[in-house]
Amino acid sequence: MKKSVILGAMTFAGLAAGAASAGTLDDVKARGKLNCGVTTGLVGFAAPNANGEWEGFDVAVCRAVAAAVLGDSNAVEFVPTTGKTRFTALASGEIDMLARNTTWTFSRDVDLKFEFVGVNYYDGQGFMVPKELGVSSAKELDGATVCIQTGTTTELNLADFFRSNNISYEPVPIETNAEAQQQYLAGACDVYTTDASGLAATRATFDDPAGHVILPEIISKEPLGPLVRHGDHEWGDVVRWSLNALVAAEELGITSANLSEMAAGTENPEINRLLGTEGTLGEMLGLSADWAKNAIAAQGNYGEIFAKNIGEDTPVGLARGLNAQWTEGGLLYAPPFR
Amino acid sequence: MSTLTDPPKEQFRLSMLLYDTRYRSGTIQVIAMFGFMLLAAWLINNTLSNLAALGKPIDFGFFSEPASYDINQRLLEYTSRDTHLRAALMGLLNTLVVAVLGCITATVLGVIIGVLRLSSNWLVARLMTIYVEMFRNVPVLLWIVFVMAILIETLPAPSAFRGESPEATMSLMDSVAVTNRGVYIPEPLFSRSLGDIHLLGQSSLRFDVSLDLIAILVVLGLSLWAAHRVTLRANRIQEATGDRPKTWHVRTAIIVGPMLVLLIALGFHLGYPALKGFNFQGGTHLRNSLIALWLALSLYTAAFIAEIVRAGIMAISKGQTEAASALGLRSNRIMRLVILPQALRVIIPPLISNYLNLTKNSSLAIAVGYMDITGTLGGITMNQTGRELECVLLLMLVYLAISLSISAVMNWYNEAVKLKER
Ligand SMILES: N[C@@H](CCC(=O)N[C@@H](CS)C(=O)NCC(=O)O)C(=O)O
Repeated sequence: MKKSVILGAMTFAGLAAGAASAGTLDDVKARGKLNCGVTTGLVGFAAPNANGEWEGFDVAVCRAVAAAVLGDSNAVEFVPTTGKTRFTALASGEIDMLARNTTWTFSRDVDLKFEFVGVNYYDGQGFMVPKELGVSSAKELDGATVCIQTGTTTELNLADFFRSNNISYEPVPIETNAEAQQQYLAGACDVYTTDASGLAATRATFDDPAGHVILPEIISKEPLGPLVRHGDHEWGDVVRWSLNALVAAEELGITSANLSEMAAGTENPEINRLLGTEGTLGEMLGLSADWAKNAIAAQGNYGEIFAKNIGEDTPVGLARGLNAQWTEGGLLYAPPFR
Repeated sequence: MSTLTDPPKEQFRLSMLLYDTRYRSGTIQVIAMFGFMLLAAWLINNTLSNLAALGKPIDFGFFSEPASYDINQRLLEYTSRDTHLRAALMGLLNTLVVAVLGCITATVLGVIIGVLRLSSNWLVARLMTIYVEMFRNVPVLLWIVFVMAILIETLPAPSAFRGESPEATMSLMDSVAVTNRGVYIPEPLFSRSLGDIHLLGQSSLRFDVSLDLIAILVVLGLSLWAAHRVTLRANRIQEATGDRPKTWHVRTAIIVGPMLVLLIALGFHLGYPALKGFNFQGGTHLRNSLIALWLALSLYTAAFIAEIVRAGIMAISKGQTEAASALGLRSNRIMRLVILPQALRVIIPPLISNYLNLTKNSSLAIAVGYMDITGTLGGITMNQTGRELECVLLLMLVYLAISLSISAVMNWYNEAVKLKER
């Protein structure tokens, strides 16, 4: 009995590890579909709309990669993952890439054997409380009950923050954002803490968003970005440069409105190389020449994706802040396409 | 004189391994065994080489690293700077707490419901049938989530207890607070406490033993022993003289007296919960995750135990009851002295497997955020360290050990009550 259980686990691990070593790019092409891990539902980042189609800021990255590789931004199978299941899903090969508000950390990159291909949102951890509590700083939260998603970096930051400020709290560990929202709104916890972007997105779905405040303290750095398995560099390059293409497109002024015009050829050689009218960048990636054009055509450039899903004119209402182009004082800086 | 010769010894031939029924089953077993070992070797080899290729060879070193996460319900002292091993220990204790509470409650409920289901009162019997069918036929996970949702949505938040005319008030003479974060009950405190002894130094498995508790247990044990001596003496007097002296007041005094003196000496008093800041402080906090899990597991398992109890009672032939009443026994004595001891023999083996099920089902704890061993070792630790294989293997060993211990205890009990054949 004991033996067979252990063997079962090993079969599982064996198969899992076996699946992980194959060439993902060829797999995706052969399958004709990209398996992309996303959240279980965080409006603005990844959630199914009324027609059951996934949309959001992270979803747009998946769609851009699918468009770059397969020429079809709808050739994506979205796999909802929780904070806890996401890494197993990626390591086991169930998904080809993960775009789920995931923080790039040393141990995830080095020890967990993943490869973060970039950052699509520079974030930090914040706290949300109901306005009626009258709390104005996170340091006043001594003794509070805090809802926290397990399996996240935010869980660790939370422990450190309260420890270093010498105040106590009662953690309520929760699996998904939806459960956290339920407990928070029912008053089973005083505070909800996670990435500030996630707080804004969660608050946007409340009946009374104005009744809740996000406290001024940002207690951590949370660079969120898409990731792939470590070791498959060809595939890592494809995802990395698809993301870079979206960022570069904004910098170079390529939008969904002028994309087809620019793809006919321009005076700017970098635009030409990016859109495939000059040079062989696509071929070097193992993709077609118009890969970046397809990626941008999917949902627009980075700025358009931001504005449409989480920008200031949406209910989520996030300002560009750190996520502006480097030319605008932000941190977005795509390496040159040459 | 002619001698009987043995039949000629048949020469052993290789084909006999297959065609001779004397050897065939042995051959098959050897081949199967060989195949199994081959498969096992292949799996282990495959796993190890794949893990090595991934750069993640099996390594339990992470156990001594700081866990870095907090655990809300901890039976021993623990901070986020403690090791993953200690975090796993907290989880293990939480698993045991809910398993023990669940088994006790499920047994009590199950016996009551099982007996009532045999009641001659039509309504009571039908209600119990509905109970059993309702709980048995809905997955336990749904019950756990359902109970939790009810606790969260229907009970008042601590803030409702605040203000001049609060919406909610504490119950039982202001000693118990029922909130949607759990139930706060009074806790025993000692103002002249004897303190604790710290065992195992600074290691991850260190724990404190309360000297107050030891004192209480020792005094209780001694008084019970003394009370027992009084009973024995009464027996002797009864045998010698035919008269049994009244002993109950002596025995009560022996048990209650020293305990009272001890409690007063230790300065025993109750600490009541009181609303302070965001939450109730003081008292013992039974978190709603614990209550939801405990309640759902008990109600669910009680339905199965009720059926086992009913089957056990019905398995005893009616003649036993009739014979006993012919001897002049009253009906509750018939149940206690004749039916139940026999029914227990039928009840205990399936009861063991229900205890095991309850314990294993407690791993659904994460659905309500209860930090059991699956939530700590198999949840956060596994997630933060990425040591899936190591954590899952250990987790299986832990559950195996718990299950085997329960089985051992129950088998021993079964042995004690089973039919003695002489
Ligand atoms: N960035 C953190 C936290 C990520 C996280 O769990 N974010 C939440 C809220 S921003 C989320 O995406 N929840 C969606 C879900 O529950 O599926 C990490 O990578 O560990």
